[in-house]
Amino acid sequence: MATVELINVSKSFGSVEVLRDINLSLEKGKFVVFVGPSGCGKSTLLRMIAGLEDITSGELRIDGQPMNEVLPAKRGIAMVFQSYALYPHMTVFENMSFGLEQAKLSKPEIEARVQDAAKMLQIEGLLDRKPKQLSGGQRQRVAIGRAITRDPRVFLFDEPLSNLDAALRVDTRLEIAALSERLPDTTMIYVTHDQVEAMTLADRIVVLNGGIVEQVGSPMDLYESPASEFVAGFIGSPRMNFLKGGVAEAHGAATYGIRPEHIALSDERGDWSGRVVLTERLGSDTFVHVEVKGVGPVNVRVEGRADFASGETVYLSPDPASVHLFDPQGRPVVRSVTP
Amino acid sequence: MAGKTAQSRLSRNRTRSAWLFLAPMLVTLFVVAAWPLGRTVWFSFTDASLDLISQARWVGIRNYLEWVDWGDGTGQYYGLLADPRWWRSVWNTVRFAVVSVSFETLFGLVIALVLNQSFRGRGLVRAAVLIPWAIPTIVSAKMWAWMMHDQFGILNDMFMRLGLISEPVAWTASPDTAMIAILIVDIWKTTPFMALLILAGLQMVPQDIYEAAKLDGVPPTRVFRKITLPLIMPAVLVAVVFRALDALRVFDIVYVLTPNTDATRTMSVYARENLFDFDQFAYGSAASTLLFLVIALITISFILATRMDLEGNTT
Repeated sequence: MATVELINVSKSFGSVEVLRDINLSLEKGKFVVFVGPSGCGKSTLLRMIAGLEDITSGELRIDGQPMNEVLPAKRGIAMVFQSYALYPHMTVFENMSFGLEQAKLSKPEIEARVQDAAKMLQIEGLLDRKPKQLSGGQRQRVAIGRAITRDPRVFLFDEPLSNLDAALRVDTRLEIAALSERLPDTTMIYVTHDQVEAMTLADRIVVLNGGIVEQVGSPMDLYESPASEFVAGFIGSPRMNFLKGGVAEAHGAATYGIRPEHIALSDERGDWSGRVVLTERLGSDTFVHVEVKGVGPVNVRVEGRADFASGETVYLSPDPASVHLFDPQGRPVVRSVTP
Repeated sequence: MAGKTAQSRLSRNRTRSAWLFLAPMLVTLFVVAAWPLGRTVWFSFTDASLDLISQARWVGIRNYLEWVDWGDGTGQYYGLLADPRWWRSVWNTVRFAVVSVSFETLFGLVIALVLNQSFRGRGLVRAAVLIPWAIPTIVSAKMWAWMMHDQFGILNDMFMRLGLISEPVAWTASPDTAMIAILIVDIWKTTPFMALLILAGLQMVPQDIYEAAKLDGVPPTRVFRKITLPLIMPAVLVAVVFRALDALRVFDIVYVLTPNTDATRTMSVYARENLFDFDQFAYGSAASTLLFLVIALITISFILATRMDLEGNTT
């Protein structure tokens, strides 16, 4: 059964339409990630589910109940803000209990809920501190803890990792994944512009672009069968190579897409030949940027170490099964067989 | 070793240029603040008078307090500390400061909360609110003096027409209403200043915590009490100190609206009377010195009592 349903939902700010005809049905207990570039409307969509933005038209339902006119606090949701939004003058305990007091819970019940959440997030030792005495990662945990104490049906995350440094981001990502395992009945909706977060966390990814849903699917669906050139380019790192001109026309398409990891590189023979422009060594992988004659610049991923000098001639062979073809509108073209 | 010397020379140079940049300010402050203050304190211990200012002689604390023995076993205390008129003006000043600053804070808070909302024409209203503050005090005091005039004033006219009063009131002349008249003018004039400072504090409050409160289901009044008020308190307290410093020195409004009234004579007015009108320069200096001490004492007590954070560590 779907927890969250969006039916023909649109949003306009004045005359600017930021979301158009969104139809989504998010299953209970799933981890859903809204991903897309800045300005695609993903945060607005999340804020509409939270009740922080009005819905211009269409309907939002949670557990089958219409929610358009329901106050945020009555929707059974909790939200973790990008900036954490902790009350700066309250201690961690007060931050976590403030909403519960409002919900008229008994003192022992509040105490128990806060302690449980604090234990889950290992912040028991910080309950007497104020937010300014905490590190970014600790603040993040408090923000998550505050959301947990509300015992929500739907957990909303608005770019929760964007204010953390790279190492902490990875740790916190793992913790959020673990948290969703521990709360199997809670639907998680997570907004990010980072496709790595989307790929690693999501059961289902919703790719948004320019106010519309480009594609909905599991991470591997999106990776293997992107429904548009935009999705193909957005999901996967490094980015898919998009080649125009002769190569594409030979396949009856406007754009020929091939991921860097689906190209074999050889110094002896291959379908294409070209000169090495630049080599990026990451240790586990090497990205080789090749200028292919008659095709254009192509990025190739080689596992492990690969030593090529700039200007060296190399040969590339794209894997025919992994080629994606798109028409001039960026829609997929039914694949022809030969490379 | 060489590096260390070079570094310390660099920091010596920086220190020297810092002093160089500070020097004009320090000299100016000394000339316009420290020197006059020191002179005033010095005159308060002399018998200086306006025409014999250069021949002032040290007389100790006589201007502040002196026991005059009448030779028959009785005697009397003289001096500022024994002068009921002085204590009356201290009381007037403190009462004026407490009442005016309280109302200004209250009204300023309300206006700031309104101006913090977005509505059509907000920029215009924000500018318009400042007009009373922008008018020089003498001008606005004169303006109000006319409005409060017992025969020709618009206030009496309006109140009579509305039936609020049965006969014209001499707002500024009557001892019963003189203080109220002054308070009205001061509150009218300085509420915008208060509103502006509090508005600045309001705009420092991050918007996302209001959204968090919305999700927590906190009703507006509780949001105001539990979130807005604690967070703008540091700004409000600073504004209150600024205003209190001004209110405790109040002179111009009183001087223009209600000169020579016991009901409204403030410390500054008392000091000026003695310094220039009564030719008691030394005595006036003593009053000025005490005025300085009273203000310092009240301000410091307020800062300590509210545990005000002057270094901006409060979030």
